[in-house]
Amino acid sequence: MSPVRELDVAEITAAVREMCMTANYDLPDDVYEALKTGTQTEESPVGKAVFEQLVENADIARADRVPMCQDTGFAVFFVNVGQDVHLGGGSFEEALNEGVRRGYRDGFLRKSIAAEPAHARRNTTDNTPCVVHTSIVPGDRVELWMMAKGGGAENMSSLTMLKPSQGWPGMVQAVLDTVSRAGANPCPPIVLGVGIGGTIDMVTVLAKKALLRDIGSVPADERIAGMEAELLAKVNLLGIGPQGLGGTQTCLAVFIEEMPCHIASMPMAVNVQCHAQRHKHVVL
Amino acid sequence: MPAKKITTPLTDEVVRGLRAGDEVAISGVVYQARDAAHKRLVALIEAGEPLPFELQGAVVYYMGPSPAGPGKVIGSAGPTTSGRMDAYAPLLMAHGLKGMIGKGLRTPEVKQAMVDTTAVYFAATGGAGALLSRRIVGNEVIAYPELGAEAIARLEVKDFPAIVVNDCYGADLYEEGRKKYAREA
Repeated sequence: MSPVRELDVAEITAAVREMCMTANYDLPDDVYEALKTGTQTEESPVGKAVFEQLVENADIARADRVPMCQDTGFAVFFVNVGQDVHLGGGSFEEALNEGVRRGYRDGFLRKSIAAEPAHARRNTTDNTPCVVHTSIVPGDRVELWMMAKGGGAENMSSLTMLKPSQGWPGMVQAVLDTVSRAGANPCPPIVLGVGIGGTIDMVTVLAKKALLRDIGSVPADERIAGMEAELLAKVNLLGIGPQGLGGTQTCLAVFIEEMPCHIASMPMAVNVQCHAQRHKHVVL
Repeated sequence: MPAKKITTPLTDEVVRGLRAGDEVAISGVVYQARDAAHKRLVALIEAGEPLPFELQGAVVYYMGPSPAGPGKVIGSAGPTTSGRMDAYAPLLMAHGLKGMIGKGLRTPEVKQAMVDTTAVYFAATGGAGALLSRRIVGNEVIAYPELGAEAIARLEVKDFPAIVVNDCYGADLYEEGRKKYAREA
């Protein structure tokens, strides 16, 4: 038996507080570089000006410690908990929520979560609850990934239950339909997380998990890499462009996660992400 | 082409001088209002009650800011998706609203109302809230403080950068821009 490592959940709260703030102030380097590249590669003059504004916006946010976007998002976590860790000192999920509460309060971040969505839509006033996807993994570490997911792009996402006979062409069309319908709404240039396979619940989790990848990263599986490249090229032929004002750079990256599915099914989810692709990663 | 400088409140004459694709620098007062505030404004109009601000010639900014840090006028302050206000916009235009600042697509009904009432829709860069906040020099909540980020505020803007998407002649920059750059696979 491996020795059990003790970890106080207060450490999780402290890490989460910090992640919420830095995610909103400091655009990750991979996204920043992609925006800088866009100022060179975008063919539309208006689109080029949008890329320049977005680079300047990221610089201001980083320097002034203000959120790059007023929609500071729904806090979404993927957590890998090592099976040789014992979490003490309180509830794990409450520790995450407390970190969100402190981060959004101390960081002057907007509270954007509404309770009783069908009726009262009452603001919970502290941006909780967060969304948590936990996996138990080998080892004695706790690894956290955080995303601040804005509402505008999330609203443009889609879930499609295709017929297996529709195959890859059906999937390509579903992605193009999703992006086309979204147009200017999700704040292009966008990033797409595409989930393929599983069940209706798993496929959307896969799509969201895909968004944790860095722009420029290439999947080990060449087949997946080819699918991502094909989707990116086709989406960028739509002409939507930065902010939907017309242009050649609608999408910065497409990331695919797949898993096996039922013989009768072909689930596909497209999680649309705005250019403010705020994601953070820590290991405790 | 340099941005056209315009000042609020807007007159029909100014609106008629704006064309889809024009870059503008807006100065003067604009009113911050998003989902919950629109719901209340429309309820007031339908009940025949007075509004918290003068709608004639007004420009609304579809925006809910992040909280202002110490010593700041406002927090991050970029546009939200305008389509969620489409259900309310035609009635506001019928009562004098002349300009809307937001981002994203409008319905055919909203675009038709702009033609019918001589109004204009501007897009500001979504996700550039830190940059845009620097062009907001005054901020006073005038109604519904209990709505937090969804309250109505009177914002003083100086050379606020935006682009005309829908003009009062029915033109749509989103459609035209996309057509211009769309390529066959």
